[in-house]
Amino acid sequence: MRQGRGQEVALAAAVAVAIAVFSLLPMLRLVRETVAPAGALSPAVIEAGLASRATWVATLNSLVVGIGGTVLAVSLGTLVALVVTLTDMRARAPFILCFVMPLMIAPQVTALSWLQLFGPASPFLKLIGLAPPLGSRNPLHSPGGIVLLLGIQYAPLVFLLVRAGLRRLPRELVEAARAAGAGRFTVLATVVLPLMTPSIMAAAALAFVSCVGNFGIPAFLGIPANYPVLPTLIYQRLAGGGPAVLGEAAFLSVLIGMIAMAGIVAQERMSRRRDYRSFASSLASKPYALGRWRPAVEAAMWALIVAILVLPLTGLVLSSLVPGYGIPLSAATATLDNYRFVLVEHAASRRAFANSLGLSLTAAAFAVLAALPIAYLVAWGRQRWVRMVNLSIELPYALPGVVLAIAALLLFLRPLPLTGLHIYNTVWIILYAYLARFLVLAVRPAVSGFHQIDRALEEAAQVAGAGLFSRLRSVVFPLVAPAAMAGGLLIFMTAFGELTVSALLWSSGAETIGVVMFSFEQGGDSKYAAAISAVTVAVTFALMLATNLAARRLPSGVLPWRD
Amino acid sequence: MARLKLAGVTKTFSGFDAVRDVSLEVADGEFLAVLGPSGCGKTTLLRLVAGFEQPSAGEIAIGGTVVAGAGVSVPPEKRRVGIVFQNYALWPHMSVAQNVGYALKVAKVPREEARRRVAEALALVDLDGFADRYPASLSGGQRQRVALARCLVAAPSLVLFDEPLANLDVHLRAAMEAEFSAFHRRTGTTMIYITHDQAEAMALADRIAVMDGGRLVQVADPRTLYREPATAMVASFIAQGMVLPARVTGAEEGGHCRVEALGQEALVRCRPGERAREAGLICCRAADIGLAAAGEPGIDATVRRAVYKGGETRVEVALPADPSLALRFEAADGASFAPGAPVRVRIRSGWLIPAG
Repeated sequence: MRQGRGQEVALAAAVAVAIAVFSLLPMLRLVRETVAPAGALSPAVIEAGLASRATWVATLNSLVVGIGGTVLAVSLGTLVALVVTLTDMRARAPFILCFVMPLMIAPQVTALSWLQLFGPASPFLKLIGLAPPLGSRNPLHSPGGIVLLLGIQYAPLVFLLVRAGLRRLPRELVEAARAAGAGRFTVLATVVLPLMTPSIMAAAALAFVSCVGNFGIPAFLGIPANYPVLPTLIYQRLAGGGPAVLGEAAFLSVLIGMIAMAGIVAQERMSRRRDYRSFASSLASKPYALGRWRPAVEAAMWALIVAILVLPLTGLVLSSLVPGYGIPLSAATATLDNYRFVLVEHAASRRAFANSLGLSLTAAAFAVLAALPIAYLVAWGRQRWVRMVNLSIELPYALPGVVLAIAALLLFLRPLPLTGLHIYNTVWIILYAYLARFLVLAVRPAVSGFHQIDRALEEAAQVAGAGLFSRLRSVVFPLVAPAAMAGGLLIFMTAFGELTVSALLWSSGAETIGVVMFSFEQGGDSKYAAAISAVTVAVTFALMLATNLAARRLPSGVLPWRD
Repeated sequence: MARLKLAGVTKTFSGFDAVRDVSLEVADGEFLAVLGPSGCGKTTLLRLVAGFEQPSAGEIAIGGTVVAGAGVSVPPEKRRVGIVFQNYALWPHMSVAQNVGYALKVAKVPREEARRRVAEALALVDLDGFADRYPASLSGGQRQRVALARCLVAAPSLVLFDEPLANLDVHLRAAMEAEFSAFHRRTGTTMIYITHDQAEAMALADRIAVMDGGRLVQVADPRTLYREPATAMVASFIAQGMVLPARVTGAEEGGHCRVEALGQEALVRCRPGERAREAGLICCRAADIGLAAAGEPGIDATVRRAVYKGGETRVEVALPADPSLALRFEAADGASFAPGAPVRVRIRSGWLIPAG
């Protein structure tokens, strides 16, 4: 008994240390910079921040595009999840693969693709003769454009969560309603959607946090339109003012952190009121035969893929083939020079690919290992303090990457105490930031994995005499590992094309793909940025396909885009 | 209330016949149990009747109306069937009253009438006062009764039970069996009851349809099923009958014929018109076997196991001639059976299983 208690304490301590290092430490450092800028308590930073009109404009804009993007993502993601999961549409697997793609593409790549598609220099519009005159305004440089791209970027997130919920929906619950005389739409409205509200609310919270924290899309679409949101405001202040404005940036970071937290807390409040954990379990159902509507529904679904994936990526690839800005693309002018430049001739770009690969692999592997015990405590822990754990892990991800980058800068500007280690200006500071930021991506699916498992499974092992570590290893973790590994894969995909954190933390020799692409775009070399983006997308897509090939050896549920 | 008719119904799942050429008629108000081992296709049969699956071939008619067949496919919500699922399938987000009243709400029954009918249905299953509870706070038996009330409230033409007692404990089972029975008598609704438990089927049903490997093997009342099994499968599945190889030595006479089984001559019951044949099978119940008195023909065996059951002893004996066969019988108090002891038993009666 005493031994079991000892193991529990050890586990809780290890989790506490991990959370302290990766969540609380950077957050506290940030808060200290806000309330006590020079080491002494002072309201100066907060007063200055609140007095600034720019703060309020950016906050309002953040809320507008955050809520707009969430509404669009939830509507689109839920609708697609319902059609894909409940009907007998064909070619489900390739459709899911395509629909989830935008989530795996870095936001700045999405933004660049759409800009290339609709801009006056668009090779695509030129090809079909619809290009507006050079110099005219790109319609995407607007709040509406930001909302549209945020919605498309995060609809797959909603889709995955709602689909997972739908697949847990016991078949009998739908069948009982139909036997009671309810038609399909009545069943949908009275049984399916009410039972899905926890999934949909969780997805909405996640989408809101992602939209509010997104940097790539408002940076590419909002800055030219003079439409600042909090993350881009922070970036612009820092780019203009340097270390002198670190305090103001820290204040704005805390502000956006509070907005994101409000979203999470609201979701927790609402979902705690209802406990829909199903006591029945059975096969997933596909009760909605489409009949003669099937070809029409399938056509509409694939038209959606063409609109949100094929066209923008086509725009991107076409842009990467033009020899220079505004030159019409034709068989004669198309060139692969841009690719040769970014892959062979440009040393930093070459190095960046290796760096990003190493960083994202390491971050993913570590996060999966750390997520299992953390999620165990969050989901099943009896201690009161673990309720706070969830929020403190969410925070580094809820905050825009720029904020975490600032926190990391503040933490590591000077060598680490005692050891004298100096990770500033190395690749390690980026790795630290990735771990802190993306850990939650593995914890979240693991927590929901725990919620799906009957605690009695662990208690049975306990009764059989297994100590905490032994039953975690033999019973609990194997059951949850697939969920955590799915999170690890998401982390890899997200970190691979990551820009916002590395934009502030990179140094010569420690560039990432995102940084190199961003500097090409800033320098006006859209064609190189397009080429590097196209390569990233190709690598991401190849990885998705490769893991797909190995999927038979993985436990089911590891790959979000695969049944 | 309606009769159910299945004609040549087949259901194929990717090359595998889950249900094969099943023809069956259930009379108005009849209680029919569909009995079979797991995987025999009985649940698929129920889903076909309910409309959740479409037959690959054949025709299903409820109350004289074809609901599934060539070019016809009435969706489940239009078939007016009630279902009680094995896992209850109560909607966790609705209260007991909402669960029960769902069908009425969907059918747009006026609110007052709906409330009255829900109250009646709940009273019928002894759940007055539970209307505002949620399924999560009910016990297994209460959930099952809510499920029953839910399927009754719409007065369905046909009630389907999918192993409704499989998740309940023994005491509750007996109580629910009595409740189903009483409910059937009271309402006179046609009922199809899927189960793998032959005791349950015998206790409840007017007739039992035994399925095996997707086929309907025998449809008969419980007594006939027990006494005159049509195949070796039915013989051994119902009350664990002993199936023994036998040589039919004489033709049927007055419902009996002469056989030789395990080296012993015996007179067994049989169908009219049976003739002498070499390879036959007989089904013996424990009551058909007993100790051979001195001078009687019998079979030499050794005691394998003896269990005292109070008032009698259940004895299992092994046959040296064929180790794969075992015989069971009940012996009255007085004798004692030590494992390994030699014993001489006799087949007193039995049933000649008709040639396939």
